Amino acid sequence: MTRKAAALISGGLDSLLAAKAMQQQGIHVEGINFFTGFCVEGHTHAIRKKDKAKPKRNNALWVAEQLGIKLHIIDIVEEYKDVVINPKHGYGANLNPCLDCKIFMVSKAHQWILQKGFDFLVTGEVIGQRPMSQRKETMPIVANESGAEDLIVRPLCAKNLPPTRPELEGWIEREKMFDFSGRSRKPQMALAAEYGFDDYAQPAGGCCFLTDENYSVKLQDLWTNRGAKKYDIDDIMLLKVGRHVRPSQAFKLIIAREEGETRFLSGYRKQFQSIKTVSHAGPLALVEGATLNPEQIRQACAIVARFSKGKQADQVELSFSPANGEPQSLQVKPMPAHEIPQSWYLV
Amino acid sequence: MKTLQVDARRLLCPMPVIRLQDSIEPLPVGTEVKIVCTDPGVINDIPAWCRINGHSILKINQQDDEFHITVRKDNDD
Ligand code: SF4
Repeated sequence: MTRKAAALISGGLDSLLAAKAMQQQGIHVEGINFFTGFCVEGHTHAIRKKDKAKPKRNNALWVAEQLGIKLHIIDIVEEYKDVVINPKHGYGANLNPCLDCKIFMVSKAHQWILQKGFDFLVTGEVIGQRPMSQRKETMPIVANESGAEDLIVRPLCAKNLPPTRPELEGWIEREKMFDFSGRSRKPQMALAAEYGFDDYAQPAGGCCFLTDENYSVKLQDLWTNRGAKKYDIDDIMLLKVGRHVRPSQAFKLIIAREEGETRFLSGYRKQFQSIKTVSHAGPLALVEGATLNPEQIRQACAIVARFSKGKQADQVELSFSPANGEPQSLQVKPMPAHEIPQSWYLV
Repeated sequence: MKTLQVDARRLLCPMPVIRLQDSIEPLPVGTEVKIVCTDPGVINDIPAWCRINGHSILKINQQDDEFHITVRKDNDD
């Protein structure tokens, strides 16, 4: 009887190798990829022109294709909010709740295998590779709190861990797995070469934007100024785009840095107040926050004008549009760079 | 057979793929689905998803900033 395993596929090299190692042992493998909204995958590449040259492929799909396996992409955006907002085990260096995230994903994958009649789970984790979630002490926590217990096989470091049920039952052989540990990538690269994989993705840091310091600063700013730890999918997408400038608690500006971002932000003009330069070439900006009063509109326009081709001009004409409303035209003097305090920039 | 229309405009990858995946799942083999997207990433991702899952791309059209992709469900396992 062919045993079936679901592999958590992030799109990186480790999950590719782990799944392949199981296929080598005759296991039928299918992939699961979770979409949290914070995944680094594609998004910014698709938005920013400067990244156009980079391949826009989805790495998880690419991995599945290399392996010749099915990939189930699961949207967990809603349920994942609780993980980001209230992580029981806390955050890592930034707003990354890695341990809670792992527990959540493994538990979702565990429910999935029970539902679909699969036998066990596979992950590409390596002990000691990431400071928070991939330590030897945290592995039993994940096993326990996710409910997956001894059904999680980590082929890349299995020899350093207690035997799992698939090994004890004889579904897979421990001897054919590996003993990788620590941060060195050399053993993985050697194994990739042995399996004949090249051109794989090598994400630096983590698998999502929450490990990014700049991103976390912007997310924290959003929570602080809203007075509540809350977000929706548009919020977290917009945190990936543009220059964010906050002149007051009431609002911030999201100013496109180039054409691709302008195009992307214009898709949000019905939901947000927006500002566009008219007399000079310039960026589109969205206003996130309260409905602006006339004084705030002038201030916001002066800031946006600063980032237009008319930044040296005496007057710049701009158009301010309420969300889904009639635009109004304004003439303002661009705010000089030195009048925009550094603290307004959320970078 | 009627073609199912899926609107994935303004969604960024992999959301259009998820929309396509979830709308195709309950349909009978042979059904065609037309998905409209604005993220250029779909040009790679949707064909890749179809290859993995054994479905066919019937047509890809670009109209201004929109991509119209017609897919046929060929596989039910
Ligand atoms: S980097 Fe992001 S996706 Fe990866 S474990 Fe941490 S929180 Fe989860």
